[in-house]
Amino acid sequence: MAKINEADLAKAYVVEELTKTYGEGRTAVHALRGVNLEIGRGEIVVLLGPSGSGKSTLLNILGGLDKATSGSAKFGGMCLTEMNDRALTMYRRNHVGFVFQFYNLMPSLTARENVELVTEIADDPMSADDALHLVGLGKRLDHFPAQLSGGEQQRVAIARAVAKQPDVLFCDEPTGALDSATGRAVLRVLQDVNETLGTTVFIITHAAATAAMADRVIHFADGAIREVVLNKERLAAEEIEW
Amino acid sequence: MVRRLKPLHAKLTRDLWRIKGQALAIMLVIGIGVALQVMMTGLVASLSQTRDAYYERHQFAQVFAPVSRAPEHVAGQLHDIPGVATVQTRISGMGLIDIPTREIPVSARILSLPTHELRHLNEIRLTAGRRPDSGKSAEIVLLDSFAAAHSIVPGDQIEVTLNGSRRTFDVVGTAQSPEFIYYAAPGEMIPDDARFGVIWIGRPALAAALDLEGAFNEALITLLRGAVVDAVLDDVDRVLEPYGSPGAYGLADHPSDRFISEEIAGLEISAKNVPPIFMLVAAFLLYIVTSRTIQSEREEIGLMKAFGYTDTEVSGHYVQLVVIIALSGALFGCLLGVGLGRMTIPLYTTYYKLPFLLFRLEFSSFVTGILTSVFVATLGGAFALRRVFRLTPAEAMRPAAPPDFSKAGAVGSHVMTFLDQPTRMVVRRLVRQPWRMMGAVAGIAAGMALSLSMLIIYEGFDTVLDRTFNVIDRSDATVSFVTNAPVKTIFELERLPGVTLAEPVRNVAVVLRNGRRSHSGAVTGLAPQSQLFRALDSNAAPIPLPTRGIVLSTPLADILDVGIGDRITVDIREGSQMVVSTRVAGIAQSLIGSPAFMDIDALNSLMGEPLRVSGAYLSIYDGEQDAIYTALKGMPMVAGVSLRREAEQAFQEVMNQGAGSSRFIMGFMAFAITFGIIYNVARVAQDERARDLASLRVMGFYKSETAFVLLGELGAVTLVALPLGVLLGNGLTTLIAAGFSTDLYQIPVVYAPKAYGTAIAVVVGAALASGWLVWRDLGRSDITLALKTRE
Repeated sequence: MAKINEADLAKAYVVEELTKTYGEGRTAVHALRGVNLEIGRGEIVVLLGPSGSGKSTLLNILGGLDKATSGSAKFGGMCLTEMNDRALTMYRRNHVGFVFQFYNLMPSLTARENVELVTEIADDPMSADDALHLVGLGKRLDHFPAQLSGGEQQRVAIARAVAKQPDVLFCDEPTGALDSATGRAVLRVLQDVNETLGTTVFIITHAAATAAMADRVIHFADGAIREVVLNKERLAAEEIEW
Repeated sequence: MVRRLKPLHAKLTRDLWRIKGQALAIMLVIGIGVALQVMMTGLVASLSQTRDAYYERHQFAQVFAPVSRAPEHVAGQLHDIPGVATVQTRISGMGLIDIPTREIPVSARILSLPTHELRHLNEIRLTAGRRPDSGKSAEIVLLDSFAAAHSIVPGDQIEVTLNGSRRTFDVVGTAQSPEFIYYAAPGEMIPDDARFGVIWIGRPALAAALDLEGAFNEALITLLRGAVVDAVLDDVDRVLEPYGSPGAYGLADHPSDRFISEEIAGLEISAKNVPPIFMLVAAFLLYIVTSRTIQSEREEIGLMKAFGYTDTEVSGHYVQLVVIIALSGALFGCLLGVGLGRMTIPLYTTYYKLPFLLFRLEFSSFVTGILTSVFVATLGGAFALRRVFRLTPAEAMRPAAPPDFSKAGAVGSHVMTFLDQPTRMVVRRLVRQPWRMMGAVAGIAAGMALSLSMLIIYEGFDTVLDRTFNVIDRSDATVSFVTNAPVKTIFELERLPGVTLAEPVRNVAVVLRNGRRSHSGAVTGLAPQSQLFRALDSNAAPIPLPTRGIVLSTPLADILDVGIGDRITVDIREGSQMVVSTRVAGIAQSLIGSPAFMDIDALNSLMGEPLRVSGAYLSIYDGEQDAIYTALKGMPMVAGVSLRREAEQAFQEVMNQGAGSSRFIMGFMAFAITFGIIYNVARVAQDERARDLASLRVMGFYKSETAFVLLGELGAVTLVALPLGVLLGNGLTTLIAAGFSTDLYQIPVVYAPKAYGTAIAVVVGAALASGWLVWRDLGRSDITLALKTRE
């Protein structure tokens, strides 16, 4: 596993001319058309844009879930676009956490066990109990997903993602399946994680108001970045209206 | 104009294409079940109808009454017996055919042919040439298969020793006969065309040769409709008793008929019992596949219901899916069954000499196969379809809550603390779906039991071979004499250069009785310390033959329902014709036939004929055989010589042919069942857990670690199925062995490691193959797609 370059410490990601094309010839779909981007460590980044604009594709490539067609994406000193499957698996295992719209918990494991699933294979994890306390589920440790509400399930998913103390947290529509109050609570947890652990957080969302809690807001359209807005001040999650 | 498919039909086609691998695996299981049914039913019909037609056309007798010598007028008395339709007498004897290319002569049954051209009982079926001219005593007809084995054709001459004198005969024809559909040399079980012949000859010539002019030594009888066979047999025995009758027997005890009838009965049993195992497995597989399809399509079901489709219409859609799979499997099975049947027929014609044998398609077996498949498939599907009826549209269109593992989680919680999370996932799934897992375990175990039992049975034949030819019979050759000879003949044989040991044997025809139970057979008198042929107990230790009492083989003790110490009646049917009571002194194991043994001196004294022998067992130096056989060929009192080596070879050949292909077929079937189950269970599990598996990959689990979660449960199912398969297999073997063992032959149950090894290897192989297919697809699946779709 390559070490993170000290000189690049301030930058979490450096992306240059990144493209992603699905299919070939006339049926080719250009999901990303030459994206350039730099993200600082510890930022909260919100990606906005209509469906199919390329934000999920970028997130998948930065998260090591998908491979780019051309261009480069660097994390610290590591070039993600040149890694093989095994290296990408190690990258996911050691550096990133994911939170998805539909939680993706293991129904056969309790909340604590779902988190332990990750802490068992991570290098320097926090304890599963601590992770669940962090998301406010200290009293629901031994409940199975079927016994938890949607918001609670999403908080378990966040606990599972942060328990490994990742450098980056990728959240794809984390509040998409939740009502606004629960959604706000989940965003609060993400903000806490960012503040207490210094984790870089990417959030894809359709709720434009969420942008107010970000350091950097990236607007996508047609596979390219249309606009990047840097917020001078971040709002607390509770203050967001939607 | 091309009509577009209705939407539901289009969906059906696409659904089938999507689950094509699983559908094919299920079709294979159904196909094999139906194929077995079609093949076995067809074979039963082919064999029994051909046999019946053959018997009828050639007027095969229903009662056979051997006798030492009875004047011809006794036939009239037999005809007067109530229930008797026709009586025909004939002369039967044994002779030796001298085949120039063989070192030793070949035993032959010699039968008289009536001189008149009218139809008669046990009519021969000429395959070449003509019948002997009534006036020409040197003309004979030879058994077709024997002639073919020695390349003898009409026009050739053969030398035959008959009643001690050697004569040359002209072969004018070759023929088959309903009484020799299945025949083996005396004392053997496996037919060998080259080593046992049948000669038909004009009656006057045979009567002259055997000194039976104006007399007969066998009566053939047919019965009136409704006649009671046992009553007729009793009457026949009473009429023939004064003339030295070893006892009349009915068609059911005729050796040739018994073999073919028992083969048919065995096939009938298998046709009834084996296919249902495959059908049950298929029903289970269709159940889990339909369940999964319905579960993953609950939204579509909700939508269809919301549009106004009725429960029946929606269910009908899924029933069609199941029925298409079942019908395709059944049709494939019908074709496969016909193919297998046609392939099997030549094997049967090797052993069963029928004038023709065509694989007969039983239309009813097609109908049964197809209807059963559709029925079990619908049954399997119906269980799953209950869910369609239960779902309300609104409920169906909401995302399903995660499956509740809280109950499964409570099981063995203290054990769980020792397990890592992936292992806990495997264990909880096993615990949460006990019925599905038990179904899979039972199915795999049933498939394995089926193949294991057949493998054990075939291993058993090796034991028969070894025990019969190396442990019980240790002689190199068995010599039988034309008539009972003085014991000094044994010494003469022993003096032949190269003979290391000669031991006497005396066979006497008897009827053994215990109350109403009886058995017609022979008692074998052996020297008390006989080395070459021995009565052995169940531990293969020699049983010393006592000076008083009789030793019965296990099947004989079963028939008579007696044990050691019980008394039985020995009704001697030759010579002295005495009836004596004696004690059962021992039970000897036997795998071929159902012999009884006595001390030869004790037997001779019962007969009132001291120091007589009817044959001898010889032990011979290697390298001296040819000289000895030449010497035996020249001895007029020698009626036959059989070589242990040849009998063993014939047995071995049959086993290699029949057992070889059966082992392969049984192995394939076990593989198909195991593969069908594991592949389907794996596919369904993979489908159900696509998101779990993708999540694990996203979290940084390697493909191998992810595969463990999926394949671990299949491994566990297979591991549990193996010991259960062994237990079921052992039980099934015992049942099969008991069901198929008769007094003609016994099937030993030998728990040979090789059989277990093979059966386990097949199951594990099938599990690995289906695991590999799933593993391959695991690498191909798009992990991000799985995570974003709603279950």
